[in-house]
Amino acid sequence: MKSLGNIRRSFAPWADPDSKPFISFKNITKKFGDFTAVDNLTLDIYHREFFALLGASGCGKSTLLRMLAGFERPTSGEIILDGQDIAGIPPYRRPVNMMFQSYALFPHMTVESNIGFGLRQDGMPKAEIAERVTQMLKLVKLEQFAKRKPQQLSGGQRQRVALARSLAKRPKVLLLDEPLGALDKKLREETQFELMDLQQQLGLTFVVVTHDQEEAMTMADRIAVMSHGNVIQVATPAEIYEAPNSRFVADFIGDVNILEGKVKAAGNGRIEIAGDDFTVRTVGDASPAIGAGAAFAVRPEKLKVSRAAPADASINASEGEIWDIAYLGDMTVFHVRLPSGKVVKTSMLNAQREVENPIGYDEKVWVSFAETAGVVLKD
Amino acid sequence: MTKLGSRIFSRLVILVPYAWLVFFFLVPFVIVFRISLSTTAIAQPPYEPVFRLADGIAGIVDNIRQLSFDNFIWLTEDALYINAYLSSIKIAGISTFLALLIAYPIAYGMAQAPRTWRPTLLMLVILPFWTSFLIRVYAWIAILKPEGLLNQLLLSLGLINEPLIILNTNWAIYIGIVYSYLPFMILPIYSALEKMDHSLIEAAQDLGCPPISAFWKVTFPLSLAGVVAGCMLVFIPAVGEFVIPDLLGGSQTLMIGKTLWTEFNSNRDWPLSAAVATVLLLILVVPIVFFQNMQAKAEERGK
Ligand SMILES: Nc1ncnc2c1ncn2[C@@H]1O[C@H](COP(=O)(O)OP(=O)(O)O)[C@@H](O)[C@H]1O
Ligand SMILES: [Mg+2]
Repeated sequence: MKSLGNIRRSFAPWADPDSKPFISFKNITKKFGDFTAVDNLTLDIYHREFFALLGASGCGKSTLLRMLAGFERPTSGEIILDGQDIAGIPPYRRPVNMMFQSYALFPHMTVESNIGFGLRQDGMPKAEIAERVTQMLKLVKLEQFAKRKPQQLSGGQRQRVALARSLAKRPKVLLLDEPLGALDKKLREETQFELMDLQQQLGLTFVVVTHDQEEAMTMADRIAVMSHGNVIQVATPAEIYEAPNSRFVADFIGDVNILEGKVKAAGNGRIEIAGDDFTVRTVGDASPAIGAGAAFAVRPEKLKVSRAAPADASINASEGEIWDIAYLGDMTVFHVRLPSGKVVKTSMLNAQREVENPIGYDEKVWVSFAETAGVVLKD
Repeated sequence: MTKLGSRIFSRLVILVPYAWLVFFFLVPFVIVFRISLSTTAIAQPPYEPVFRLADGIAGIVDNIRQLSFDNFIWLTEDALYINAYLSSIKIAGISTFLALLIAYPIAYGMAQAPRTWRPTLLMLVILPFWTSFLIRVYAWIAILKPEGLLNQLLLSLGLINEPLIILNTNWAIYIGIVYSYLPFMILPIYSALEKMDHSLIEAAQDLGCPPISAFWKVTFPLSLAGVVAGCMLVFIPAVGEFVIPDLLGGSQTLMIGKTLWTEFNSNRDWPLSAAVATVLLLILVVPIVFFQNMQAKAEERGK
């Protein structure tokens, strides 16, 4: 993962038992006919948090966001916003604003009146509206486009108008549904950082929906990984990456090697799993039954490839053979075939690679990893 | 096809609509206009001069000298024609407005209906066209006459004590025009509403706009193109409408289509009726061209 720009020092209200959540989904279920889009979901989001809902298309992210905005009613469960149950409040009275996936800019209004629309609804005096609109235009760097119509703007400019419009009313919570989906890669990356800056600057709570794991990792304080209307794991990007709680999360975020085996010993904070190639000795609080099937997830960059067997016997290691090498500029990915036939992926920064006499195709190598390199998956 | 061949082909394709306009609009119009400059004659055709190629150049020049704008001057001098024009515009205007009031909610309802129902609803709107227009107008006589279906119904429900006189009044004409032209109002409005992105309404609500206000601030302005198209499709033919005022309206109803018919058929005054038709065309075309020019300019300014 490239960016860790989102690590804010000491911002972790979720870890503080005294802090109260700002938004609470409590046992929310949403059904469309027979189809359950959101399934008994419980989730807390904190004030000033940049929160990401991450999941494959169709897993219910937008539905969850739309329930918060008031466009869908939960079939059961309740949503608390700032201490208040918002079930009966129509969308036009909720203190949240949404940036739509399609931007939903009013085509018959100029950029200026699009941004001022919500303020006019509130009956704000004209002079104040003009002032706020100018301020928002400046924030999204669109001052010279105030008099244009949306169809006379590029995709990136429209996206910024939509953002300015949803921020103009200074909502308590800003909801963003795939806000960067329509932008090209370069613009998307730039805008990610702009969004993060903006959120810090304005001190708002952002809830963003995305199916792009890198985008979620870059921007969010915490990520909820969703699947089939359920939250599978809620944690910081680092935790999600380093300690996925399930095969689904491990697979979904980044590359991962999953080593299967049977529990050989467990207890005292240690677990030993006997597999075909490795006997994985690792740390873990769980105490699974001896002999039960278990899976260990370890990221490619945590696996070491070397010609010599590791000296330290406590290190997990297996022999193997280089099967494939991919050179990616900043790093090299080795696919190593283990004795059982399983192929694992390892990656090495090129800065650390031996320049002279590098490891080549078909070479016999050792694959090894430390006992804290990965996690035992819960399912 | 060669490059040149395909270029010629694409030119030809562009020519088709122009050719259509020239042959079926411009040429007939020139003929009508030329007749309007003639004088009546008891002859076949019933006007003179008549251009004949056999007369040669000198004959044609001589004929052209005989043409005059007398018929147009006559139109301005007799209040009958001016009143007929004004009354036609008034009746067409009121009918168009009533049609809009009825058609908009129908079109809105159709656009809101589940996607699977929409083709059926569309079919139902067009369904009356399967029956002859004339028969449908006659049917309204049976409904509206004093002892007709409508009065029987209202009397039996006890809503009225004596039959309403609707037939042979302007109300019958309004009903007839609204009924006959309603699909032309519904379809363009429906098409404008149907392609509107529903998330725009959600965006308006999200920004604090209650549903009714969201309708007036977003839905209605965005359907205006359909409303304008629908109004033109109803208003223009309604101004020149002849069958409906003739069958449903009373003898005192003044509409330019009826006047034209009388001049043409009963009085056999082709030149005068041609002048009536020419003026009618100008009354309708000039404002439309003006309006479209304004719109084009407004769009220019937006850029
Ligand atoms: N109004 C609706 N009626 C029926 N099904 C819906 C409706 N809205 C969403 N769904 C279904 O609910 C599921 C979740 O949708 P959504 O929340 O939009 O997913 P995503 O995670 O891609 O944003 C999808 O399978 C979708 O087809
Ligand atoms: Mg979605």
